[in-house]
Amino acid sequence: MAVAETTITTTRRSIFQSSAAQKLLAFAALIVIFLVFTFLSPYFATPENIVGILLATAVNGVLALGVTFIIITAGIDLSVGTVMTLSAVMTGLAITIYGLPVPVGIVVGILTGTIAGLINGLVISRMRIPPFIATLGMMMIARGLALVLSTLETGTVKPIYFNDTPEFRLLTMSSVLDPIIKPMAPNFSVPNAVFIMFGAALVAAFILGKTVLGRYTVAMGSNEEATRLSGVNVANWKTAVYALGGIFSGLAGVMIASRLNSAQPALGVGYELDAIAAVVIGGTSLSGGEGTILGTIIGAFIISTLTNGLRIMNVPQEWQFVVTGLIVILAVYLDILRRRRS
Amino acid sequence: MGDVLLKMEGIDKSFPGVHALDKAQFELRAGEVHTLVGENGAGKSTLMKILAGIYAKDAGTIRYQGKEIDIPNPRAAQLLGISMIHQELNLMPHLTLAQNVFVGREPRGVLPFMLDEKKINAQTQALFDAMHLRLDPRTKAAQLTVAKQQMVEIAKAVSFNSQILIMDEPTAALTESEIEELFRIIRQFRAKGVGIVYISHRLEELKQISDRITVMRDGRYVDTVDAATVAIDRIISMMVGRTIYESAPEVPEHPNEEIVLEVRGLNRGTAIRDVSFRLKKGEILGFAGLMGAGRTEVARAIFGADPLDSGEIYIKGQKVEIKSPRDAVQHGIGYLSEDRKRYGLALGLDVEANIALASFDQFTNAFGIVKAGDTRQTAERYVNTLAIKTPGIQQRVRNLSGGNQQKVVIGKWLTADTDVLIFDEPTRGIDVGAKSEIYRLLNDLAAQGKSIIMISSELPEILRMSHRIVVMCEGRITGELSAAEATQEGIMRLATQRTVMVATDEAPTNNGSSVEQK
Repeated sequence: MAVAETTITTTRRSIFQSSAAQKLLAFAALIVIFLVFTFLSPYFATPENIVGILLATAVNGVLALGVTFIIITAGIDLSVGTVMTLSAVMTGLAITIYGLPVPVGIVVGILTGTIAGLINGLVISRMRIPPFIATLGMMMIARGLALVLSTLETGTVKPIYFNDTPEFRLLTMSSVLDPIIKPMAPNFSVPNAVFIMFGAALVAAFILGKTVLGRYTVAMGSNEEATRLSGVNVANWKTAVYALGGIFSGLAGVMIASRLNSAQPALGVGYELDAIAAVVIGGTSLSGGEGTILGTIIGAFIISTLTNGLRIMNVPQEWQFVVTGLIVILAVYLDILRRRRS
Repeated sequence: MGDVLLKMEGIDKSFPGVHALDKAQFELRAGEVHTLVGENGAGKSTLMKILAGIYAKDAGTIRYQGKEIDIPNPRAAQLLGISMIHQELNLMPHLTLAQNVFVGREPRGVLPFMLDEKKINAQTQALFDAMHLRLDPRTKAAQLTVAKQQMVEIAKAVSFNSQILIMDEPTAALTESEIEELFRIIRQFRAKGVGIVYISHRLEELKQISDRITVMRDGRYVDTVDAATVAIDRIISMMVGRTIYESAPEVPEHPNEEIVLEVRGLNRGTAIRDVSFRLKKGEILGFAGLMGAGRTEVARAIFGADPLDSGEIYIKGQKVEIKSPRDAVQHGIGYLSEDRKRYGLALGLDVEANIALASFDQFTNAFGIVKAGDTRQTAERYVNTLAIKTPGIQQRVRNLSGGNQQKVVIGKWLTADTDVLIFDEPTRGIDVGAKSEIYRLLNDLAAQGKSIIMISSELPEILRMSHRIVVMCEGRITGELSAAEATQEGIMRLATQRTVMVATDEAPTNNGSSVEQK
């Protein structure tokens, strides 16, 4: 009997002490932000605008999924933004310039991200270069390569358009739900990009919660030395985590190319910071061992809702950065307060 | 006792600057508890870490179950049935107990990359049941007390079907009743024919639990004796071996009664509870207690590194406010952390810079420019007076041995003109020869009129060095002993004297998964 009782108390404690608290807090914050903007502007809570927010979250959300795993290992990945761009350019090259079928182009894009992530992982785990430096290097390399590759055709840096393959754009911008929704609401459509993000999030949550990779991700972040002493090949698993991050960057690259109907080689710098911000707002601890996929998705929504709302309020874009920055600091500060209490 | 399970012979191991093992040997039989004793730095842990695949040996042979084997990594050791429970606990606080027990070899689910959480929990539960441990496998490791975490580590070790179980100072942080529980479990495994290596500093335990005792000294094998017949005195003389630190406490004949530091009613959460004491001029005041007794916390609080809930500090009769280490330094208090590499030294800087680090005010002119000549002179003076072995004052501190690093820290605080020096485990990680030099230095400092608080977990050290001994347990001072009346047993009794109030604090702990009080 006594055992059962304690079990209950310990679970209750852990809800208040663990990242669940931060998640609840983040979710509450999202609702508050939403309500405030609804109150302030009649244009905010419209179906079209909500779809806009969903769509704006999709790419950053997918990037942030990969970053979540990496931050849970107490690492960091600064390269996800430019790796995303490189993947987009590779997809553009494959489809538009080499005329390969769209599915092949998609695979090329995702593979590009995976390889970049794999290299990150190898550099970190074998050459023992700190993640910050290793991925900073990869960030610059990927940016450079994206620019170089985009000059292959014309000799100057130019976006690669997918005008010959309209189906590539429809991949993310059409909606699988249209046949059901259209008869009821002809002007309302939730693009596939949103479903892809949620799908990717489900896969990520599955990997984190149910697979060996997820378990070792948490274990390494919680106590890397203990994990090594338990006989886990930490170098290999860490490499795998960065490669997984790369897969999500590659997917994000394909998504953004499809959404913009072009691969923009100069794009991508700054995306890594939005992704890291989403992860941190979602309650993942930068010191490792703690974090959830749901939290990250909520974090990504907080960022895009804020950006969207501020734009609707006609706040200049420059100020949107300031607000996002303040939110990141606030989120981490709340996390620190919570830790100090427990 | 069964057959010989393991024979290690001629094991050699060197680390930069230290010859840790010199032709060490060790034998273990099935179904015996074989205790390995020796002073800090004798090489016990190093020898066992070689057996557990954590260090590679430089030379020597390991024969296990009749075959010569090679143990390249911890995984290989586990697969051979050799498990080690480390001195510093090795659980992952964010994972549950079951996840901790099975990390690295989780039962898989429908697909080979999926986890079978149910099976993990069920197998762990079975394991706990077999050991009569009342713990819930789904509890997060962070929520357990140190003692319970240790039980989980043992459960993890035995779940490998270990033939050899190595325990490195398992009782260092345990209470009497927890030690009883540990011994019960150890006897349980001995009866099943497991060979148990038990490393301990606590000689009074040895006779209770061991079958045989091997003594090591300075990385060498001394002797193996039968626990039932040997006298504790003989073990001690084998451990110490030479007359290296004969510096019995030189209690001044006319004790100086000037109170340099007085602390009244210090409180901080549950870590420090109503701590009051006085420190006299030229005195070495020993602070004894088990790990986590609150000694370091008291030192950090006096030094201004952690905030206090309440309490007063008097320096030479004057009440002072110490809100930060800077205040403490200005009042002449220096703190030498137990972890000197992390808190005591800037490892990448040279000897000169480290010695000047706490007192740059002295060495800068009105524009904040460092007067290089002055720092050089001061550094050279302390290198000479403290006999710091270094090629020069430009040497990076990282490249010095532990004993010399400690001297650099001492030099730093002497430069800062401190009257009260708090030494936290001053000889941790320092080899035997250098230890006696540190002891001599402490005695000299006291003789010169500096007042010293020495926190140490090594009872012989406390007994040899202190003029007076304060003993702490669970944040309280449980007693004060003069050098004359102090004995190891007396200190241990005070160090394990838990109060009734604490027990009621912990609420219902009559079951396995009590929550640690922080």
